[in-house]
Amino acid sequence: MTTKPLDAAMLPQQKEVVAAPSTRVTIRGTAKVDRRFTVPRSVRRAAGPVGLVLLWFLTSATGVLPESVLASPVDVLRQAVDLTKNGELPHAIAASGRRAAIGFLIGATVALTLSLVAGLFRLGEDVIDSSMGMFRAIPWVGLIPLFIVWFGIEETPKIALVALGVTYPLYFNIYGGIRSTDSQLVEAARMMGLGRFGLIKYVILPSALPGALVGLRYALSTAWLALVFAEQVNADAGLGYLMSNAQQYFRTDVIVLCLVVYALLGLACDFAVRILSRRLLTWRANFEGEA
Amino acid sequence: MANSVEIRGLSRAFDGNTVLHDLDLDIREGEFVALLGHSGCGKSTLLRILAGLDDEIGGEVTVPARRSAAFQSPRLLPWLKVWRNVVLGLPGRPDRALALKALDEVGIAERATVWPKTLSGGQAQRVSLARALVREPELLLLDEPFGALDALTRGKVQALVAELWQLHGCAILLVTHDVEEALLLADRVLVMDEGRIAHEVTVDLPRPRDLTTPEFVTLRARLLNWLGVTRTLEGTPS
Repeated sequence: MTTKPLDAAMLPQQKEVVAAPSTRVTIRGTAKVDRRFTVPRSVRRAAGPVGLVLLWFLTSATGVLPESVLASPVDVLRQAVDLTKNGELPHAIAASGRRAAIGFLIGATVALTLSLVAGLFRLGEDVIDSSMGMFRAIPWVGLIPLFIVWFGIEETPKIALVALGVTYPLYFNIYGGIRSTDSQLVEAARMMGLGRFGLIKYVILPSALPGALVGLRYALSTAWLALVFAEQVNADAGLGYLMSNAQQYFRTDVIVLCLVVYALLGLACDFAVRILSRRLLTWRANFEGEA
Repeated sequence: MANSVEIRGLSRAFDGNTVLHDLDLDIREGEFVALLGHSGCGKSTLLRILAGLDDEIGGEVTVPARRSAAFQSPRLLPWLKVWRNVVLGLPGRPDRALALKALDEVGIAERATVWPKTLSGGQAQRVSLARALVREPELLLLDEPFGALDALTRGKVQALVAELWQLHGCAILLVTHDVEEALLLADRVLVMDEGRIAHEVTVDLPRPRDLTTPEFVTLRARLLNWLGVTRTLEGTPS
């Protein structure tokens, strides 16, 4: 604050010294009248990934990239067809999907309950929010050994890890959404005769929705990530099982295939949430612009 | 006529800082009262108390049970269509016909099914008025409802409020810091200072009012004087 008047006093003097005669600039247009052929943006954007796959294919085909390091894309594709035909891949996806779904549902239920209690009640906030902050500091992947001690090596620790990974992003985003409700809107709604239940239904929950959807996107990607970690431990079915099996026989084609499937599942979930967001948030005039 | 609002010995302090100071005020049924004052003089606090949004008060306040408010920002719920906003909080199922009637009164029935974010400032303020009036209030509280509007829109919405007041016959308390607005609309103008009603004037001019008449100009000069504003630069067109 104290330097401000000083700066203001200095500035005009400096200006006078530097730019004594009035200078002018010419702004030249960059719009081209006759445009030559340009590659469409979508093609340019696709060029990178397609080029990399092509490079992968070429280095594999010429033997520069040995199969023991990374299988060629052709082999990966062949494995995809074979494993789909003999039912191994669909079976693995179903087993993993089941774990992800159950874990997600449990985690989402816990997160929703905790965030509502913490968001709506002062007492809930005092008790829950500080605890959640404390638990979040623990890296959840590090809990795998403890979960094995508690739940054994079957399905339960895997589902528990997914549930845990899902809980944090959903909790913090929904809680934050509830707490960022515009107090002016709450006041106006109260003035219009809304009771406690009406306020929650019409004001607080809708205003928490955008945050909740962001949390959902994080939660789903965390669910798959948690699954990858969990399935490394003594799985007898699922994508992780397929992967650790392949690892023992140095089958890089199967490993790569599993990674691709994980990625595709994650992308599909993300896409689903984006569609959902677009549907639920039509009232936001600025929502993601056009299409 | 009977009193709609009765305030006796009202005081309100925030952390030991007294904002309202043993304030007395009556508003008659159907009376249009404007409340003028500098920022921080306690006028918005008084309005919030009358709205029932603040009850940590000393003294006694009697207000009609049926009262509603419009604020400086329209405060519409962005996730409800315009007509749902209008009937928000009314008992029973959302009554679309009722909402349309109220929106028609403020002249924007055709925007009933859009999202509030797509409305202009003036349109949103009209919806906010419709939302307040659909409740058939006996007391309507207006907290600088024209403050955020541009000059042209403001004039139109002011005229609309005058019209709606005639139609509904409710008592209105308008909080503003625009002297001309107060004199154009109100039966009585109060000037608040340091938590009290410091001055009061009855505006006995025929409606619709003309802000160029000598009476108007005299009243305006008096109010500005009470507010401690001396205007030597801005003359009145004569």
